[in-house]
Amino acid sequence: MKKASFMAIATAATMMVGTASAATLDDVKAKGFIQCGVTTGLAGFAAPNDKGVWEGFDVDFCRAMSAAIFGDPDKVKYTPTTAKERFTALQSGEIDVLARNTTWTLSRDVNLGFEFVGVNYYDGQGFMVKKSLGVSTAKELDGARVCLQSGTTTELNLADYFAAQGMKFDSVLFDTADEVREAYIKDTCDVYTTDQSGLYAQRSVIADPENHIVLPEVISKEPLGPLVRHGDNAWGDIARWTLNALVIAEELGVTTANAAEMKGSKNPEIQRLMGVSGDLGQQLGLDAAWAYNIVSMVGNYGEIFEKHLGQSTPLKISRGLNQLWSKGGILYAPPAR
Amino acid sequence: MTADVPGMSEGAKVSPFRDPKIRALFFQVLVIVTFLAFVYYIADNTITNLEKRGIASGFDFLSQNSGFDIGIVLLVDYNAQTSTHGDVLLIGIINTLAVSLSGIVLATIIGFVFGVLRLSNNWIVNRIAYVYIEVVRNIPLLVQLLFWYLAVLLELPKVRDSVKLGDSVAINNRGFYFPSIVPDSGFWLIPTAFVLGIIATVFVSKWAHKRQDETGQQFPVFTTGLALIIGLPVLAALVSGIPFALEYPSMGRFNIAGGWVIKPEFMALFLGLSIYTGGFIAEIVRSGINAVSHGQTEAANSLGIKPSVTMRLIIIPQALRVIIPPLTSQFLNLTKNSSLATAIGYSEIVAIFAGTSLNQTGQAIEIIALTMLFYLTISLIISVFMNWYNKRIALVER
Repeated sequence: MKKASFMAIATAATMMVGTASAATLDDVKAKGFIQCGVTTGLAGFAAPNDKGVWEGFDVDFCRAMSAAIFGDPDKVKYTPTTAKERFTALQSGEIDVLARNTTWTLSRDVNLGFEFVGVNYYDGQGFMVKKSLGVSTAKELDGARVCLQSGTTTELNLADYFAAQGMKFDSVLFDTADEVREAYIKDTCDVYTTDQSGLYAQRSVIADPENHIVLPEVISKEPLGPLVRHGDNAWGDIARWTLNALVIAEELGVTTANAAEMKGSKNPEIQRLMGVSGDLGQQLGLDAAWAYNIVSMVGNYGEIFEKHLGQSTPLKISRGLNQLWSKGGILYAPPAR
Repeated sequence: MTADVPGMSEGAKVSPFRDPKIRALFFQVLVIVTFLAFVYYIADNTITNLEKRGIASGFDFLSQNSGFDIGIVLLVDYNAQTSTHGDVLLIGIINTLAVSLSGIVLATIIGFVFGVLRLSNNWIVNRIAYVYIEVVRNIPLLVQLLFWYLAVLLELPKVRDSVKLGDSVAINNRGFYFPSIVPDSGFWLIPTAFVLGIIATVFVSKWAHKRQDETGQQFPVFTTGLALIIGLPVLAALVSGIPFALEYPSMGRFNIAGGWVIKPEFMALFLGLSIYTGGFIAEIVRSGINAVSHGQTEAANSLGIKPSVTMRLIIIPQALRVIIPPLTSQFLNLTKNSSLATAIGYSEIVAIFAGTSLNQTGQAIEIIALTMLFYLTISLIISVFMNWYNKRIALVER
């Protein structure tokens, strides 16, 4: 390569580094898709189906963002990340948004330079054991060998819980959830610990789910939610309001099936959300039909939950805390106005 | 160079543009300045971006509480509640060194044995070595590690159906359990005797060498050494009235408790690394032996020297000169490959420090820099040692 052309490339690379952190929305629009970080595969939350298409609860958040921005839920490219890689991937700009059952903690919000846009799943850490052990409570786990995934808040909660109970344990750490499950199935561990949603997801793919129980103790608060890089507030707003729109749509009873019909609703709240009146979309830098697109193309929060995690799926997770605030849960979105 | 080359003669006026000395200097300076500017640019860019995104930097995190548990801890004490990320780094280093050093020893033994067997005249032995070498060299290491871990060690009997050899040894898919030695007072005599045995062996071997040089008589150094190194500690133990107790492993509520245990995560990595690298070392040994002129063997045969002695005293020492340099790079590879452990749950530096600690603190740059520094240091130490050894055994030309 000639020196001159090398310098030209070096200069161009330099300029790119300089501008990469500017408006993510413009970048996303320019490249024509959202780069979305998901798990390496967790049934119900994010996993490729038998056709190789990613689907799941977290995947649908990415699709909702895509529907809001492009009016097309499929303009998303998925980057599978391990618990360890996910933050570096987001920090370095490799992905635009991370939707990967990540616990919202202070240090991640502050020290790592991220912005959590809300909570899409209220979870808590639990334990799964084989029924044959005859254990019915986590307090009987003194001396057990525990398998878990590295690079998660799970590790910290586990150490805290056993120390608080005055119990001992022995741990084995793996990179991916699949590796943990494999070790647990092969009985090199007594206990599998992670967020309860993850335990249900893993149990659903074990050959003999009826021989494993999730213990009743929930030892931590795990508010899981999508996050973006700190510093691009416009992009953060789009992600935040995509999540809120999903919840609001459920509150207002707007579903995929009736979204078109609801456009003609007399309810001013629905009119605003559907973009019939007001300029909410414009304020976000999006099309007026952003929320209509989300609901009509992907669904509202409740629909997405039932589709991937609910009673009709192998996971059979009940709504619990994730029920709307008006129905006994704590799911609550600020008003869209 | 003669003085009458046109344009190069002494005292002839050369324009500074064409003076080779000035040109050389100019380009040297240019390269250095460009390189420094590049380093400065990278560093400045990183710092600016870190600040812009509000990411903390610095090494303060090393004294912060780690808060997580580590599966395998050797030599030091570790407690999730009180230990720091600095301790995690230390344990990562110890664990990496433990598996690398033991792996290097076993890989070298495997490599030499199979390298020699590969040249055997016995067809079956030769083929067995050939198949081993070709199989392990052509399957990715990660696959082999997963094979050892998932298909071999985790398929051992479960903890409740452990294979037991008497009271003292239990084998299951959580590890190999041995009785541990609990020292009483007076225990120090045994390790002391052990060290004395090693020192005595060194002296015996030197004396035997000297005697052979002077008189030609041989002395059984190997058996004497073995007797000294094993015999002295046993004698010390008997004389001092066996100053230790054995703690036998016993079944607890979930696991076998007490005693010493080699965990399957370590075993899988140790076996995987040694067997994989052993295949490469075997090829190096074979090429080294092939490099020694066949005339050497024929000459030894004609003097009536036994084939085994020919190999040990004539062929191998000459082959070593060819073997050592590539062997060094295999040792380095083995050490670096230990970082694949993260797939099978062994707690070495990449898994716990560049993995968990990085994730808990988010200090990617500092942690990766320290990890790279560690690997660089280890590689340089191995390299320096092997180069020293290579010089020592190199052909001394007179």
